[in-house]
Amino acid sequence: MIETILNRLLVSIPVLFGVLFLGFALVQLAPGDPAQVQAGPTATPEVVAQIRQEMGLDQPVIVQFGRYIERLAQGDLGRSLISNKTVASELIVAIGPTLELMVASLIWSIPIGIAMGTLAAVWRGSLFDRAIMALSVAGVSLPIFFICLVLIQLLGVKYPIFPFIGRGGPLWTAEGLRHIALPAMSLGLIFIGPVARMTRSSVLEVLRLDHVRTARAKGLTEREVILRHGLRNALIPVVTLIGLQIGYLLGGAVVTETIFSYPGIGRLAVGAILSADFPLAQGTILVLAIGFIVVNLIVDILYARLDPRVQKK
Amino acid sequence: MAEPLLSVRSLEVRFRLDGRSMRAVDDVSFDLQKGQTLGIVGESGCGKSVTSLSIMRLLPSPPAQVAAGEVLLEGRDLLKLSEREMRKLRGGRIGMIFQEPMTSLNPVYTCGDQIIEGLRVHSGLSGKAARDRAIELLELVRLPSPEKRIDDYPHQLSGGQRQRVMIALALANDPAVLIADEPTTALDVTIQSQILDLMRDLQERTGTAIMLITHDLGVVAETCQQVVVMYAGSVIERGPVDKIFADPQHPYTIGLMAAVPRMDAGRARLASIPGSLPPPWQNIPGCRFASRCPLADNRCQAEMPRLREVTPGHDVACWKAPIEGAG
Repeated sequence: MIETILNRLLVSIPVLFGVLFLGFALVQLAPGDPAQVQAGPTATPEVVAQIRQEMGLDQPVIVQFGRYIERLAQGDLGRSLISNKTVASELIVAIGPTLELMVASLIWSIPIGIAMGTLAAVWRGSLFDRAIMALSVAGVSLPIFFICLVLIQLLGVKYPIFPFIGRGGPLWTAEGLRHIALPAMSLGLIFIGPVARMTRSSVLEVLRLDHVRTARAKGLTEREVILRHGLRNALIPVVTLIGLQIGYLLGGAVVTETIFSYPGIGRLAVGAILSADFPLAQGTILVLAIGFIVVNLIVDILYARLDPRVQKK
Repeated sequence: MAEPLLSVRSLEVRFRLDGRSMRAVDDVSFDLQKGQTLGIVGESGCGKSVTSLSIMRLLPSPPAQVAAGEVLLEGRDLLKLSEREMRKLRGGRIGMIFQEPMTSLNPVYTCGDQIIEGLRVHSGLSGKAARDRAIELLELVRLPSPEKRIDDYPHQLSGGQRQRVMIALALANDPAVLIADEPTTALDVTIQSQILDLMRDLQERTGTAIMLITHDLGVVAETCQQVVVMYAGSVIERGPVDKIFADPQHPYTIGLMAAVPRMDAGRARLASIPGSLPPPWQNIPGCRFASRCPLADNRCQAEMPRLREVTPGHDVACWKAPIEGAG
């Protein structure tokens, strides 16, 4: 098991490297001149040129990337051009809220998605099934910003139940919960659709298998047959999908955090990119990439736990 | 003869597909005596498996529907039981083994877990008692080193070993009837004979009555006392194995017997029955075998022959029976 994990981590290094390079290149391509930002709007061209030289921005991109990696290897993520704080300190402050948002979105949407998908499979062709499938299509195809806006309009403005600006505190406080409700709802809603669909088709497939007939022939109740012999096996592909979807969720978090002014990694990334604060932008990309790799590692471990046939290979 | 343990009477099963209703099983009747093995023989699609699944009430409904008949187990009509009462019998009084040992066990649970699950449901065993009983069962079906194998997942076992686990599972709660639906078809020949030996041996020890579904006449000759021959959803011949093998009376059975490869036949070509099963939705007024039968005449085309006794205990559904010197 430990060997598998180490193996996976080793394989992740080139992936991380690639992501960093692409991120670096994209930040370079983005409009805005970091030297100009650093120097301020009133600086003379000479000062800007000098700063550019000091920051190494006159060097070829590949050389700059090499220097970045060199510093990264020493644990130095650089300083934000705007706040002049270290990127590491900015990231650490923002990681917590984003993790909370992830947890708050997934903790209800995964069970509900799985339950809805299972029920839709069991009651295949019923009104419930069709309603669930229609909802999940809507969930998949509606853009996240639209869902955010509808929720704000409905539960923030028309019926002002939840606040929709900022973070109220840690997740375990009442204010924290109230503030995280709407962003977590928006992110969870786009998550339910794919999970429900995948669960439904996976359960339908498993319920057709021979071993389910064996389970019935043992005299199990239909409920036991569906949960223990249907859903349990059907979860294997669902877990893979959830892992992939969490990647999209990180992307969705960028939009959601921005809309709700929620102080997480996503909003930090948007702010950094818009203000050409490239060390900070690069830092957020690093964090998101590591997040994605960790999620995939967890999925692989879960996969092996769910399917004994995988372990022995 | 004593009251049969399991008695299927005039069973009719229909499938409703695309608005068409077709008869998969038509007027099937047979008895299974205590401690006996009854063979149900026929080619693919003749209704053997549908019959066995309707006894267990495991046919998906819809599309399947038991339209008529009775299935009496120890005098109780299974078709009239509530789902709850039926569940108590499944895996309890009636055990079932399926054709596909490779896929009939759940790949994500150990063999032990799957046997213990059956014990928990019916015998209320749990913990060490259940585990001990499961090891005992695996020993009974002669799985090597059962105390280790019990924690193996199905994919770690061979096909024959998995079928042994399936048998252990089916026998877990001392069933009165064991329904074995082509238990050896997916296995290679040496494993087949081992499994058949095992089943015979277990029957002697436990007294379980076995309903053995197969298309292999060799298997029937080796293991059964009574045999039912099915064709296109109906019983066309039934009786004691020795009588039917010595003197088959239905042209279809005669054809089947002729098609069995023989050690003493030299290099002659195997005989076969020309034609194929009529499609189940086709409404045939006469004998369903008539189109393939060398003896068929106008009456066979027009009128359906019913089962009738030709010699004591030996029933045939054929207008031409008794056929002299057919065997």
